[in-house]
Amino acid sequence: MIDISKAFPGVLANDRVNLRVREGEVHAILGENGAGKSTLMSILFGLYAPDSGTIRVRGKDVRICNPNDAAALGIGMVFQHFKLVRDYTVAENIILGAETVNRRGELDLRGAERRVAELSERYGLAVDPRARIEELGVGAQQRVEILKALYRDASILILDEPSAVLTPSEVDELLEIIGKLKGEGKTIILITHKLREIKAAAERCTVLRRGRTVGTVEVKGTSEKKLAEMMVGRAINFNVEKKKQEPGKPVLEVRNLTVRGSRGHDAVRDLSLTVRSGEIVGLAGVDGNGQSELVRAIVGLDKPVSGSIWMNGEDITRESVRGRIRRGMAHVPEDRHKHGLVLEFRLDENLALKRFDEAPFSRKSGALDFRAMRANAERLITQFDVRAGKGPATKTGDMSGGNQQKAIVAREMDLSPALLVVSQPTRGLDVGAIEYIHERLVAERDKGRAILLVSYELDEVLALCDRIAAISAGTIVGELAGEGADEREVGAMMAGVRHADAKASRGAAAKPVRAAAKGARRGKK
Amino acid sequence: MEKNRKKPQASDLLAAFIASDGRMSILVVLLGLLCGTLIVLAVGRNPGNMFAALLQAMTGWDATRGVWNIRYVGEWLAVSTPLVLCGLSMAFAARAGLFNIGAEGQYIIGLTIAQFAALYLPKVPGLHAFLAIVLAGLGAAAWGGLVGWLKARWNASEVVATIMLNYVAYYLSRWATMQIPGANTYKTPSLPQSAQLDLPFLKDLTNGSTLNAGFFIAIASVLAFWWIMEKTRLGFALRATGFNRDAALASGIRANRSAVTSMAIAGAFAGLAGAVVALGSFGYGRVLGGFDNYGFNGIAVALVGNSTGLGVGLSGLLFGLLTGAQPLMQSRGIPKEITLIISGLVVVFVSLRAGLRMVLAWKRPLPATAGADGATAVADTGSEAPDA
Repeated sequence: MIDISKAFPGVLANDRVNLRVREGEVHAILGENGAGKSTLMSILFGLYAPDSGTIRVRGKDVRICNPNDAAALGIGMVFQHFKLVRDYTVAENIILGAETVNRRGELDLRGAERRVAELSERYGLAVDPRARIEELGVGAQQRVEILKALYRDASILILDEPSAVLTPSEVDELLEIIGKLKGEGKTIILITHKLREIKAAAERCTVLRRGRTVGTVEVKGTSEKKLAEMMVGRAINFNVEKKKQEPGKPVLEVRNLTVRGSRGHDAVRDLSLTVRSGEIVGLAGVDGNGQSELVRAIVGLDKPVSGSIWMNGEDITRESVRGRIRRGMAHVPEDRHKHGLVLEFRLDENLALKRFDEAPFSRKSGALDFRAMRANAERLITQFDVRAGKGPATKTGDMSGGNQQKAIVAREMDLSPALLVVSQPTRGLDVGAIEYIHERLVAERDKGRAILLVSYELDEVLALCDRIAAISAGTIVGELAGEGADEREVGAMMAGVRHADAKASRGAAAKPVRAAAKGARRGKK
Repeated sequence: MEKNRKKPQASDLLAAFIASDGRMSILVVLLGLLCGTLIVLAVGRNPGNMFAALLQAMTGWDATRGVWNIRYVGEWLAVSTPLVLCGLSMAFAARAGLFNIGAEGQYIIGLTIAQFAALYLPKVPGLHAFLAIVLAGLGAAAWGGLVGWLKARWNASEVVATIMLNYVAYYLSRWATMQIPGANTYKTPSLPQSAQLDLPFLKDLTNGSTLNAGFFIAIASVLAFWWIMEKTRLGFALRATGFNRDAALASGIRANRSAVTSMAIAGAFAGLAGAVVALGSFGYGRVLGGFDNYGFNGIAVALVGNSTGLGVGLSGLLFGLLTGAQPLMQSRGIPKEITLIISGLVVVFVSLRAGLRMVLAWKRPLPATAGADGATAVADTGSEAPDA
């Protein structure tokens, strides 16, 4: 891809970007959110037309107008958000759009299943072609997407932030798969901002920053630190600085809470947890072990079946969402598009979303004060370094993921909350934004606020938390101090091993832990 | 990719239209008129006559005979009034994410209450009509709010509930109205003058047309719609709920209450339409023999008006114009059905907007979410959300 440019209203997403990928290599594309990685790949996959520039595949100039053109050239893409029909089987999903029929015009599902099984075997994907998508975990769904591309004879595979949705053990599996694919001669373009994965899987790496190519480097000879600097344009501090601090009185107390999940089972079972002021408590666990349900109950979106929730010594089990916000509970939700923002709203409207009905945003008459909203947005934009093309008037849906998340964090922290419930605050964010949000969380803690951090990223929990509680199958299986916590110990607890047993497994190789984690995932299905 | 730069001239223009809902509506209306012209040509008539009829309905100027009669303008505005009000009803619910097919039933409730109020309330000039209108609005608000409550309490589909309640309202109205002493199967005794909406100065101004105080109610309603929706915290909460119910809930907005409020206000608009028709167009109370269809036409009005206050006002005037021009077309040898075809096509084209956007999506930034177009969500319900 040579001199690719693409402008969107207000932004130059790609400014004469150059990308040269060799056949049979794993080539990483690294860049912050909004650096233009996704735009570049969307152009390669035919979702956008470039404003200018040339695309050459195997030395030939090509014009890619739509994904079908891309597929004809052997380019396949695995999106971050899967595009699968949940009620269909794996094979049905894979042939969708490329159905083969037999002589009588009937769908040749058998043949497809056979081919899928073959491919799955060959690349070590371990997917049952007859399983229904809804029965599969996230990792397996991703492998189905990969299979889909392989089924269409893709020789160039674009993986868009594949690890963003995976648990640590699934990421390891994915890296293995990438290795296998490369071994079979496939070319892989890996979009990511996780440096560790680049180091583990990629040979070369092209770094983008603000729509421009910073450079292409050999991964082997480049340190993670150097890569991060190239991406962000300045030195990065990987370690979160945190001073010692004695926690104060309990702010959030969850007592024997049981919450029913959407499938009618008890997603949270008899769970108790305390978060005190001035401490960050990390809830470590594999996705789907009751974290979402627990958070929904704490912030008041779901009513628990039994047990109680206390804040600052008062029972708030029956309090409304609004009541909890008024009491000083802030919430950075796991899914920022679903629960955090109204994407159709302007940035200033979203920044006032939780306080729009109070002064200064609302007058006594019930009319809104838009000037106050704008001023509020301008203040938060500067204070939290939110980048938005048109300032307070930017449509939130047009902003990059990192800046959307910054906007939510800005709004929530500006509530000056006594308690911050933070879910997956850095999911899908780049190094710069992660660093920033981590610093902010620690600053809030230093101010004496209580923070409950739910994260599927063990690194994050280990780096930030004063205390770590591991959750598995809806209960807390163990708690330990954050300082000096051992990764394997927490990992084992996440997999459902009780604290005492986890201690015993300390020092054992990582392999059994991974196996246990896998077992836990299967177990809950 | 040099070729790419020059080629998309036409589609750029189209893209500009599609980018803005307002421009899109104008494009759609022009397309509708164009198709109407072609159809008139196809049946061998002079499309000039069609436009002459439209011109006369709008300005009162009869281009064929060179005569000017402002009465036509009055009739145009009068016939637009209930369309605007019912359009507002549909639009208000749509903005809060609800599909109010019940404007017809709410209209009937408003109409019936207004008739009863006209017949039974003390005949104090001015106050009588005012009270009748207020009661009609309140009654219809309760009728609409009931659906919101069913939705909030039992998660009942507002679409099914409103459709069914339309029939309940219709038969209830027939039965109740026939109980009035002196009523036969199609009308009640005459309504007292104190309850009627005609204003002498409007009559004089428009050369004796049926234009009445209802027109001012429509204007006030458009302004109220705009103010509530765009300027107040209530509107903010409703819009947030309409766009993203989950985020609204998580922000402490009571989405259930929003459902009741928005359906009640939607009902009130339709009820006002009913009152205006009851007290403005007929000198007697009617035992309905069928749906008046203002409520259903309101759906189209809201669609074309993009569910904004001003948009619905203009779109109501357009549909009123097409209705008002019917007899004028007929007298010029143009089949009056052509207006129905035009309004039908306009609605079809508006609904195609989602599809047109999809076609152009690959040239433009991906929408942040699929089906992000909340205000026109109604247009998308039939089609797949454009998932780019």
